[in-house]
Amino acid sequence: MFEAVAFYLFAFLTIAMFFITVTTSHALYALTALAAGMIFISAFFFILGADFLGAIQIIVYTGAVMALYAFGMMFFDTTRELKEKQGNKLIVTGLATLAAILTVVIVAAPMVSENIVAFYPAIENVGNTQNVGLVLFTKYLVPFELAAVMLLVAMIAGIVLAGKKMDISITLLDDKEIEEELNKKVLS
Amino acid sequence: MEIGLNHYLVLSTILFAIGLVGVMRRKNLLLLFFATEILLNAVNIAFAAISHYYGDLTGQMFAFFVIAIAASEVAVGLGLLIVWYKRHGSIDLDALTTMKG
Amino acid sequence: MEKYLYIALFAPLVSSLFSALFTATPKKLFTGIVASLLIFSAFVSSSILLMHILEGGEPIHVTMMTWMATGDLYIPFGFVVDQVSVTMMMVVTLVSTIVHVYSIGYMDHDKGFNRFFSWLSAFVFSMMVLVMSDNYAGLFIGWEGVGLCSWGLIGFWFHKESATWAANEAFIMNRIADLGMLIGIFLVYWNTGTLQYDEAFAAMPYLDTATLTWMGIFLFIGAMGKSAQFPLHTWLADAMEGPTPVSALIHAATMVTAGVYLVIRSGALYDLIPNVGLFIASLGAFVALFAASMALVNRDMKRIIAYSTLSQLGYMFAAAGLGAYWVALFHLMAHAFFKALLFLGAGNVMHAMHDELDPFKMGGLKKVMKWTWIMMTVASLALAGIFPFAGFFSKDTILEAAFAEHHFVIYGVLLFTAGLTAFYSFRLVALIFHGEERYKIFGIHPHEAYRFMLIAMSPLLILAMIAGIFQEPFFNMVEEILHAHEYHIHSHVTLWIMLVGTQVFVALAILYAYKKYANSRITVPDGTSAIENSFMYKLLFNQYYIPYAYEEYIVKPYREISDVFWHKVDLKIVDATVDGIAGIIYGTGEKTRDMQSGNLSTMLRWMVVGLITLLSLAVIFGLAVKYSDEILALLSALGV
Repeated sequence: MFEAVAFYLFAFLTIAMFFITVTTSHALYALTALAAGMIFISAFFFILGADFLGAIQIIVYTGAVMALYAFGMMFFDTTRELKEKQGNKLIVTGLATLAAILTVVIVAAPMVSENIVAFYPAIENVGNTQNVGLVLFTKYLVPFELAAVMLLVAMIAGIVLAGKKMDISITLLDDKEIEEELNKKVLS
Repeated sequence: MEIGLNHYLVLSTILFAIGLVGVMRRKNLLLLFFATEILLNAVNIAFAAISHYYGDLTGQMFAFFVIAIAASEVAVGLGLLIVWYKRHGSIDLDALTTMKG
Repeated sequence: MEKYLYIALFAPLVSSLFSALFTATPKKLFTGIVASLLIFSAFVSSSILLMHILEGGEPIHVTMMTWMATGDLYIPFGFVVDQVSVTMMMVVTLVSTIVHVYSIGYMDHDKGFNRFFSWLSAFVFSMMVLVMSDNYAGLFIGWEGVGLCSWGLIGFWFHKESATWAANEAFIMNRIADLGMLIGIFLVYWNTGTLQYDEAFAAMPYLDTATLTWMGIFLFIGAMGKSAQFPLHTWLADAMEGPTPVSALIHAATMVTAGVYLVIRSGALYDLIPNVGLFIASLGAFVALFAASMALVNRDMKRIIAYSTLSQLGYMFAAAGLGAYWVALFHLMAHAFFKALLFLGAGNVMHAMHDELDPFKMGGLKKVMKWTWIMMTVASLALAGIFPFAGFFSKDTILEAAFAEHHFVIYGVLLFTAGLTAFYSFRLVALIFHGEERYKIFGIHPHEAYRFMLIAMSPLLILAMIAGIFQEPFFNMVEEILHAHEYHIHSHVTLWIMLVGTQVFVALAILYAYKKYANSRITVPDGTSAIENSFMYKLLFNQYYIPYAYEEYIVKPYREISDVFWHKVDLKIVDATVDGIAGIIYGTGEKTRDMQSGNLSTMLRWMVVGLITLLSLAVIFGLAVKYSDEILALLSALGV
């Protein structure tokens, strides 16, 4: 019973938040609504007993990703109201609705087989985090390492793309030389 | 009332559809990225739900990796966006039609 | 023995290909010499084969390879050397060799020297294929080949519009007749199941008369085109636009006789349908008279000789139509000799008179061109049928055959034509060689032809004189294959009256011609004399206005219809359809180009559209899989 209440409540909230994200003309409101939506999704993860995933969702998504977006918003100066030339609204909503209906039809059709065998069944009597840890570092080790490498690559890419001219190393020069470099830039 | 797998899947579909609307509608690149996040989250819900109802941890693993990838995607995407903004001064979609076929 | 067959058949082809290598280069003497030597080797092979057949040897039959073997149709590349074909081979190669050697001199200053020999040898090859083939299909190949080479040779000087027009006319008229011939060949195959001569003729007696009649008529239509019988005769006179050696070879000795050869070859068929034979004979007699009448007043030297050829072809068809195939063949052979001689002599005269063709502008040339005068006179005597020259034996036998078969009308017509023939031949000879030298007014300085050309013509001269003695051995040779029989007039008295009477009649005609045209009062007619304005003269001079009628009532309307078809049908319908299809494809491309607008938002929408398409496909296939049994039942109920 509690589960049903929680589910419906959070479902309604999530849908409302995401709806605001896609329809508002204020960029700031969109960002805020998105962040709120992320939190509510993590609530779903907790309802489903995926504790580790829920925590990760909050930390990574709401914490890191949203922070990134906030910085991005500051950079692009999108605090003003957006002027967006909209195309045909009917096509957009119509297409989306159609996609949704089709997916539901596919998914809600009688399940192909009722006797799906679980590959990596959860072990009883241990917490979710422990389960996740067990599976992650044994069966999913290689993807884990690869994901780590990928994150490293993304980080470096982010630095390179967004950084200013980096031919002067501020840490290795002392103050006087830094002054000279800056003056040179001002005069030229 | 019993909440079954179907409920979660319908919810996930609705969220996915909202995300599609956002993707199709938004003309500002940054807000387009927001819509993409919505898509990814909807799919995560579906994975977690299936994992719960079948007692299989595979779904959660999938969702986990999706989150990792989404994070790195945001990093790189924003970096590219910055470079573009520096060059063209605007991030409006209708303005960046240089690859006209 | 087979190797002689192959040499005779392929030496002309080698010659043609060899000369074809040099068509783009200026005159090279050795092309002419090599070509002549190769054709001469073909002649030697033909003579050896002739000896072999004369001594009673078996006809030689070779099958080189299969051309078509589909279903019931079997056509091989087969060649046969029997009595009929070896006669034709000998005639063709002999005249060809002489013409080749003659052309070395005649085409001396021509730019297209090499090209000429290539075409000429190609023609000889096609003619050999025609006469040596052992089935109707091979005959047809040769038929078309000689038509093509004749086109190339008539239109040899292609920068002259009259020449190209004449070449086209010849080819097109031949083509019209070929349609009839093709229908005839189809009928032969359809009813007898084969195109080989021996098998087809063996099967023919079992067919009904109506079918055989149609076969015979259609095959004869083909012969009509090739041998220029009425009404497809206008091309022969116009074909004189080509060089004179061409006229000598093609339009005297070989191509025009292909039609006669066809009728002779199909003798077994025409024996079964004597009515068609009678029609052929009547048409032949008519043409003989018709052509002779037009030659009476003509003022073009080569055209007179061309009409003479036409007339003699009529004689040959008359003989063949009456069932006297061996007589037709014999006359074909003799005629080839003296007609080629006439043409070559005319070539000499033309060269001497700088291509002047009007005999009224010549005269008294016998002083300057003695040998040509002798040759042309002998040839004309042979043509007229004076004893003991060649023409007497062949023409008189035709007259005898007509008389003996009790076709007196044909006999009368042919007899009268013989007189006309003598008259116009000697009119020509008298105007050119006797009387005053009218050419001096026009400042022309004639000279005799090269010595080697005269030497080349001499075999024809000798043969024109003595060919008569070959009649008996010839008869014996072809007796069996052509069901030949000698013609006996019942009473000796009648026979002698006929012979002597014919000779007297002909001699009188010759003397009258000499009297009228070999005196010094002849002037160049300038269109004002009374005779020239008389109705008969105008009618004959304009060839009975037949070419004019063809032009007005057939060519012009046809051109109009073609124009209509071009503008209304081809351009508006066919082209429009094709362009329309292309236009639709272009339009579709233009419209779908908008998909690639470069606008990310639009592209994302298209992506969602694609996604929906895939989802729908998934739903449909899922449903199909789930209800596959019911779907199969439904389809089988519909009968798929």
